[in-house]
Amino acid sequence: MSSQPLRLVGKLQQAQLEATMKVLVPIKRVIDYNVKVRVKADNSNVDLANVKMAINPFCEIAVEEAVRLKEAGTASEVVVVSIGDKSCQEQLRTALALGADRAIQIDTDANLDSLHVAKLLHKVVEEEQPQLVILGKQSIDSDNNQTGQMLAALTGLPQGTFASKVVVDGEKVNVTREVDGGLQTLALSLPAIVTTDLRLNEPRYASLPNIMKAKRKPLDVKAATDLGVDLTPRTNLLKVTPPAERQAGIVVETVDELVEKLKNEAKVIA
Amino acid sequence: MSILIYAEHDNHELKADTLKTVTAAQAIGGDIHLLVAGENCSTVVEQAAKVSGVSKVLVADNAAYKNQLAENVSLLVLELANDYDVIMATALTTGKNFMPRVAALLDVAQISDIIAVESADTFIRPIYAGNAIATVQSLDAKKVITVRATAFDAVATDGSAEVVNLSQATDAGTSSHVSDEFTESERPDLGAASVVISGGRGMQNGENFKLLEGIADKLGAAIGASRAAVDAGFVPNDMQVGQTGKIVAPDLYIAVGISGAIQHLAGMKDSKVIVAINKDAEAPIFQVADYGIVADLFDVLPELESKL
Ligand SMILES: Cc1cc2nc3c(=O)[nH]c(=O)nc-3n(C[C@H](O)[C@H](O)[C@H](O)COP(=O)(O)OP(=O)(O)OC[C@H]3O[C@@H](n4cnc5c(N)ncnc54)[C@H](O)[C@@H]3O)c2cc1C
Ligand SMILES: Nc1ncnc2c1ncn2[C@@H]1O[C@H](COP(=O)(O)O)[C@@H](O)[C@H]1O
Repeated sequence: MSSQPLRLVGKLQQAQLEATMKVLVPIKRVIDYNVKVRVKADNSNVDLANVKMAINPFCEIAVEEAVRLKEAGTASEVVVVSIGDKSCQEQLRTALALGADRAIQIDTDANLDSLHVAKLLHKVVEEEQPQLVILGKQSIDSDNNQTGQMLAALTGLPQGTFASKVVVDGEKVNVTREVDGGLQTLALSLPAIVTTDLRLNEPRYASLPNIMKAKRKPLDVKAATDLGVDLTPRTNLLKVTPPAERQAGIVVETVDELVEKLKNEAKVIA
Repeated sequence: MSILIYAEHDNHELKADTLKTVTAAQAIGGDIHLLVAGENCSTVVEQAAKVSGVSKVLVADNAAYKNQLAENVSLLVLELANDYDVIMATALTTGKNFMPRVAALLDVAQISDIIAVESADTFIRPIYAGNAIATVQSLDAKKVITVRATAFDAVATDGSAEVVNLSQATDAGTSSHVSDEFTESERPDLGAASVVISGGRGMQNGENFKLLEGIADKLGAAIGASRAAVDAGFVPNDMQVGQTGKIVAPDLYIAVGISGAIQHLAGMKDSKVIVAINKDAEAPIFQVADYGIVADLFDVLPELESKL
């Protein structure tokens, strides 16, 4: 009997929720994915001097998804945040040119573990109160694949990782995930944390007018040390070495020769 | 030292990769327990109890763990964590999904995707798509670690561990499972196959992957793909090999119509023998291939199938 008015209230709340949905997108400045890194001669780390840097490709997909949510009228504001030294403002400006409304730089030159990044992002989430946080699934430098899940744990929010489809539906978000066996779809209550996989979307290019416009969009800088997070290192990078080089093999002329080599030389087929 | 390993399974079968993660745990050294969290997973428990080197199998068989949702599994592991110095999982999509939550709840940094154990607190892991290898020391008292299974051998299955049933049944209530779309295949798992044949953009369409199937049938191989082939919709996503797909290290890897981008190499360059079939002699895949054929794949594949 009372289901009619109740449903009405639900719809109203939903409309309000959608109208004010803020999306937060943490982005990381990393080496451009086309560049093959070299290890420093002293084995202390990789050499990033004069290397082309870019937005982590998975973060770019996250920005694109957030901007599409705004274009679809689902999201009201897209805020991008990056933790790093001043140079990451370049990537924040790029994200603004791609359609984000506002940027925050959490300024630090410390070497951070994903745990620290997640803790700093937790503070930003507390301050900004987004309905949805979309991160990349993995940084292509550290290959950690941790931050989104850690942020979800610290905020106590549900997570949809490795997303290939994100559908906001009232007070829920349905996330289709790329898992080992195929695809899995979960329903998460909002607010929620999503991390992107490669097939979620194909990011646009920033147009020149949008690059110009981005210069006037707000970019706030906050010192990481002001956020009350203990940034003491939890890991110690002892050494970085180049991977074992594979010897290039031989070119065979015929399929017969290939089969013969695989049988008698490599002994990998019977 | 006591070590808890999260058993990878689908409620029916214990994944062979867990046997490799046990080897990684043995390299750290200590009393090793397996945790089986699922629903109606008794066959998994039986298999887990036979894993050599494991002294105890903890079982959380409850609807809350049926789909191994990260929110629920991480709370379960957190409740058990007090008794352990090291918590490990295989770096597959389940472990990658929930383990960082465990680490954050325990306030420790996770060490992802280790390929070797240097000592109880120092581990080796690839970074930058495998273009650099890092030696990392964990400064946390408790360690949370995911393991790249291809880097370790499997332990035997002639053990007899004690089985302990747990009463935990925490449902965080913030997420729910809607549906699965799993690819059914008679072929071996990509991660477990001793031969993998993968197709790239050069295959031109999904129909042409049939040319790989005949060969895969003869070799008992799994079929993989490059990201370009998956993106183009030739084949489903779970076939992607690479930095951000599946990591494989079979005895024989045959790359067909794949150029050899660093992100693809990251997922297969530890294979024992690599064969490349590509019409472009300059393709980077030839730099890692033991045997290359510079030719049109549409000529090579039918002939190869007939000669195997
Ligand atoms: C963040 C990020 C993550 C990525 N992760 C992955 C990943 O996990 N795995 C992955 O594979 N890629 C990944 N990529 C993509 C990667 O950079 C390459 O774009 C991709 O691997 C290229 O696939 P391909 O070799 O099939 O296609 P192409 O590079 O287009 O190569 C096709 C090859 O086929 C050959 N060819 C064409 N026709 C024929 C013929 N008739 N006979 C013989 N040869 C022929 C061509 O000579 C060419 O070498 C990632 C990229 C990014 C940015
Ligand atoms: N320094 C950073 N600043 C902002 N976001 C970050 C930073 N590091 C990681 N992230 C986010 O976390 C994701 C996963 O990173 P990782 O856990 O390092 O693999 C990235 O794709 C980003 O969305």
